[in-house]
Amino acid sequence: QLSLFRFTLKRPFSTSHSSVDSKEMKKFQLLAHKWWDEEGEYAALHSMNDIRVPFIRDSLLSMSNNYHPGNPLSGIKILDVGCGGGLLSEPLGRLGASVTGIDPVEDNIRTADRHKSFDPVLAKRIQYKCSSLEEIVEESMETFDVIVASEVVEHVADLETFIKCCSQVLKPEGSLFITTINKTQLSYVLGIVVAEKMMGIVPEGTHEWEKFVPPEELERLLESNGFSVRTVKGMLYNPLSGSWGWMESTSLNYALHAVKSGARVRSHATDAPSETDVQQRSATAGTAG
Amino acid sequence: LGHDIHFHDKKIALLEAGPRKEYDHMPDSYSNRVSSISPGSATLLSSCGAWDHVCSLRLKPFRRMQVWDACSEAMIVFEKDDLDDMGYIVENDVVMSALTKQLDAVADRVEVFYRSRAVRYTWPLPSHSCDTSPWVQVELADGRRLQTKLLIGADGHNSVVRKEAEIKNIEHHYDQSAVVATLHLSEATDNNVAWQRFLPTGPIALLPLSDTASSLVWSTSHDHASELLAMDEESFVDSINSAFWSNINHTDFIDTAGAMFRSAISLLKPSGTAVRQLPPSVAKVDPESRAMFPLGMGHATEYVQHRVALIGDAAHRVHPLAGQGVNLGFGDIACLAHHLSAAAFNGSDLGSLKHLLKFETERQRHNISLIAATDALKRLYSTTLTPLVLLRTWGLQATNALPPVKVRI
Repeated sequence: QLSLFRFTLKRPFSTSHSSVDSKEMKKFQLLAHKWWDEEGEYAALHSMNDIRVPFIRDSLLSMSNNYHPGNPLSGIKILDVGCGGGLLSEPLGRLGASVTGIDPVEDNIRTADRHKSFDPVLAKRIQYKCSSLEEIVEESMETFDVIVASEVVEHVADLETFIKCCSQVLKPEGSLFITTINKTQLSYVLGIVVAEKMMGIVPEGTHEWEKFVPPEELERLLESNGFSVRTVKGMLYNPLSGSWGWMESTSLNYALHAVKSGARVRSHATDAPSETDVQQRSATAGTAG
Repeated sequence: LGHDIHFHDKKIALLEAGPRKEYDHMPDSYSNRVSSISPGSATLLSSCGAWDHVCSLRLKPFRRMQVWDACSEAMIVFEKDDLDDMGYIVENDVVMSALTKQLDAVADRVEVFYRSRAVRYTWPLPSHSCDTSPWVQVELADGRRLQTKLLIGADGHNSVVRKEAEIKNIEHHYDQSAVVATLHLSEATDNNVAWQRFLPTGPIALLPLSDTASSLVWSTSHDHASELLAMDEESFVDSINSAFWSNINHTDFIDTAGAMFRSAISLLKPSGTAVRQLPPSVAKVDPESRAMFPLGMGHATEYVQHRVALIGDAAHRVHPLAGQGVNLGFGDIACLAHHLSAAAFNGSDLGSLKHLLKFETERQRHNISLIAATDALKRLYSTTLTPLVLLRTWGLQATNALPPVKVRI
């Protein structure tokens, strides 16, 4: 009986409460070896570094007082969720951060590990793990200063669970950076029809319009789970120059920066503070009298 | 790059074939290898702290440049309106010493390997899922091995880096050599003018070094150059003076045509003709200072490849008639440093083609037009054929009269 019990405990996350979608995993498995070809299928993600890295870097620099020349992100622990082949983990590591990259697809992690192994500096600063976000929650409560989930939330099965897990592994006042695609008519036409089927900017079948997330909904979910949204900016890809830029409108791609609130968040966030206050006051009233 | 704030954590190795050159004060005699440093290049040198050292050693600013033809009276004068320095004549050794001092200041980031030579380069394979190192491997003559994310080839017009990277080079050997020497003037003068006269055999230039000394750069045929080196000092000095002063290449026809054009210009634009100054005459030459080297033109088809960048003469080689060779190189440096600094601040892989291509596009756009123009000028002034002389006479006179064109140059 004991052995049966252990066996069922071994894989607790393969059922309904996972934010990982197995169909999505299969899509990325096929292209695992293409990550580091700067002109291949992932070219648009490579060039996205030109705006997402400065966005993360500058938001973090503006919140802190220490500046280490040459290593602006030194001392910061970052979790890169859905790191893929490590395209974003590596520049963040080069800027001085300690990065943990997680991805549920084993081939991605293998590619990422091999690529960083040639650089002695990066090999020490970045650690990769094949895992989903839920799987690391227990051992990483309030461990990270920053979570980066770039081009990930449009692939997760359950967004609210995902956000709750982010909150759990993030330190109070830690930052969460998300880049994703809005769910609009325009994003269907440009993001799926043109980008995937016509121009091949994104490998076909990568995205499903149903799973795109409008910024309003993302903000609502974040605010109701203990985050305060600081910045939302629209992003635009220019297929002729192969480069990304910022734009006013968030109707296509957008980037978001949110900060976890400072107070320790319990599961019933609205009740806790007033209860403890009342208890404390009555306790002191008791001793004073 | 060693002084760049975003490179604080990076490691740079400099392979230098020559010995370490550092001077606390210059010897009395001048070196015969000098360069004309533009104000832009001076700014670059001061941004890394080297210009102060140059100023404390020695340099000569010049305010005016007079360029004229041997076959006609046509002349063009360049000077800045606000009487600022147009440029500086600095001995190459002085620049080297200044840079050495500044390299010492960042010795924790930049390691200089003097008297070293690379014997083999191993390039990374283009395949992205390979198991060998994706960096450039360099093997030195003494057996040491280095590996780097970005290899910058600054090894001159016979660049080994360029050859090993199999970058094609368009080159053309001019049938000319340049004769350099250090000259002493007949009498002391302000000497803040650079003189250049286009002879049919090639341009002769006198660049000021001090109130009594100037540097000679005389581009001429290989044979004539050897003759000049072989002759005794007095004859050498005579040749120089006659090259600047003699009018034997003038023809009446050209003189008249030129004079007519000049009066036409002065009708349209009274200030369009400048006063011709007379260059100083030379009294003697420094004994050991005569030397010659062959001239050519070159341009690499690509300045960059994955993990490789070419700068300076390795990327482009130009005739000294415009005095721009080293300034083009300094321009390359400023541009590459700017792009690498931005890439470092973005956490990018320094050898990545993305920002290297930006450097290449920016510099090729700038360099190609200047190299082509210099080459065209050299060919235009290599002839005594009347129609071409007439054309260039009028062209020069017209350019002298048109401020916008002159400012561009």
